[in-house]
Amino acid sequence: METNLHRSSQFNEELERLRDDVIHMGTLIENQIKMATQAYVHNDVSAALQVLDNDNQVNDLEKAIDDECIHIIVKRQPTASDLRLIMSIGKIVTDLERMGDETKKIAKSVRNLQKPLHPLPADMLGIRHLADLATKQLQGALSTFAHLDTGEARSVILADDALDAEFKATVRQLITYMMEDPRTISAALEMMTMARAFERIGDHTTNIAEQVIYIAEGRDIRHTSID
Amino acid sequence: MDQVSHVTKAESRNLNFYYSNGAHALKGINMPLYENKITALIGPSGCGKSTFLRCFNRMHDLYPGNRYDGQIVMHPDNTNILADGVDPIEVRMRISMVFQKPNPFPKSIYENVAYGLRVRGGKNKKVIDDKVEQALRGAALWDEVKDRLNDLAFNLSGGQQQRLCIARALATDPEIMLFDEPTSALDPIATASIEELMTELRNKLTILVVTHNMQQAARVSDYTAYMYLGDLVEFSKTDDIFIKPKDKRTEDYITGRIG
Ligand SMILES: Nc1ncnc2c1ncn2[C@@H]1O[C@H](COP(=O)(O)OP(=O)(O)OP(=O)(O)O)[C@@H](O)[C@H]1O
Ligand SMILES: [Mg+2]
Repeated sequence: METNLHRSSQFNEELERLRDDVIHMGTLIENQIKMATQAYVHNDVSAALQVLDNDNQVNDLEKAIDDECIHIIVKRQPTASDLRLIMSIGKIVTDLERMGDETKKIAKSVRNLQKPLHPLPADMLGIRHLADLATKQLQGALSTFAHLDTGEARSVILADDALDAEFKATVRQLITYMMEDPRTISAALEMMTMARAFERIGDHTTNIAEQVIYIAEGRDIRHTSID
Repeated sequence: MDQVSHVTKAESRNLNFYYSNGAHALKGINMPLYENKITALIGPSGCGKSTFLRCFNRMHDLYPGNRYDGQIVMHPDNTNILADGVDPIEVRMRISMVFQKPNPFPKSIYENVAYGLRVRGGKNKKVIDDKVEQALRGAALWDEVKDRLNDLAFNLSGGQQQRLCIARALATDPEIMLFDEPTSALDPIATASIEELMTELRNKLTILVVTHNMQQAARVSDYTAYMYLGDLVEFSKTDDIFIKPKDKRTEDYITGRIG
């Protein structure tokens, strides 16, 4: 797809800029997730508040990229791989924006955990593990998009299973704590919210990987099994 | 999307065409025209679109030294219209052509449409009147000209003249209609009315249209053929060509890339 350039160098530049903006938005989300994770790990409420504040930037970028897509459609009437790229970017930014929303939920839970809540009996390593996996998934999805590498896209989709498994294990652990000692319910519910948010971030990364396969191969593999 | 089976109205079989100077303009083209469908022919200038179109109404016969090789078979009668014994005038009754620039005769609106009927031997005034009205209605022109049928055709606007040419082509009840860049000389409003007319005509006949306008091909056609240097590179459903072409050369052309 990269080998041949458009007759119109302006069109080339517009597509380049659009792709850069998507990567930029993705990197911003990645930083948000990392900051929210740090906020959790270090119990750092000011970091959590910063995450909440940054979300405006994510929303602004989503709108700006949507505008760029519409502009290109009107001006260039894209076809074939160009058309697929632009339609897919419209969907990818929606997924990125939703990841931003999930990250906000994590930051809010960190903030809520500041209230004197009855502590859980043990450190929730599962949450850190989920954060780690979700971050890797997003990095993978962005790299897949940057290179339009469908092999990597398929790995991202398959790797999401690990996130789902970790999520279920974490939920089981939290339920056990709540049953053993109902005073832990408030804290456990916040943890549950966080775990769920990381798991949803993973789901969005697989959507992005599916879009990359559509861009590169023209095949719509949504709602089908990859293997 | 729809898997409705289509009927082949005509097909070129291993069609080669050589101009009198020896230029090999069509290279073994195998292509169907599906009945009651619009097929668009696209490709860079000089790739052979007009040459291909003109084979269908034996236009090349008008110049000595031009040579066909292969067949164009019409269905359901299985007639190879390129065969020696076939009368080109008969072929042109069954397959009519609309050109890039509207080219009405220097006659009245009425006479422009009646002309083809008279050539065919029509004499009965009432029958010809009816046919003229029918053709003008078919070309979505009747309401605009019914009160001025004896005006000179040149007094019509460009878009109206093109619809008049379509009415003229319709008057002989053709089975296939060929359009060679039919809107390239028209403004967007006249273009839209011709495109709309084509999609209506599709219910009655089969259409092959050459266009340089990708959006037009995407808007009006059911199937699209991409030609390059006398070869048929790809023939697919129009949606497939514009969303996911199979051949890299098609992709490069329709996305405007340097091949
Ligand atoms: N009368 C002719 N004698 C010799 N060669 C011709 C003649 N007419 C066309 N050609 C050549 O045949 C090839 C195909 O021409 P054709 O007119 O079919 O192209 P086209 O696809 O319709 O192009 P355009 O989009 O510019 O109308 C070209 O190389 C052209 O130079
Ligand atoms: Mg031509």
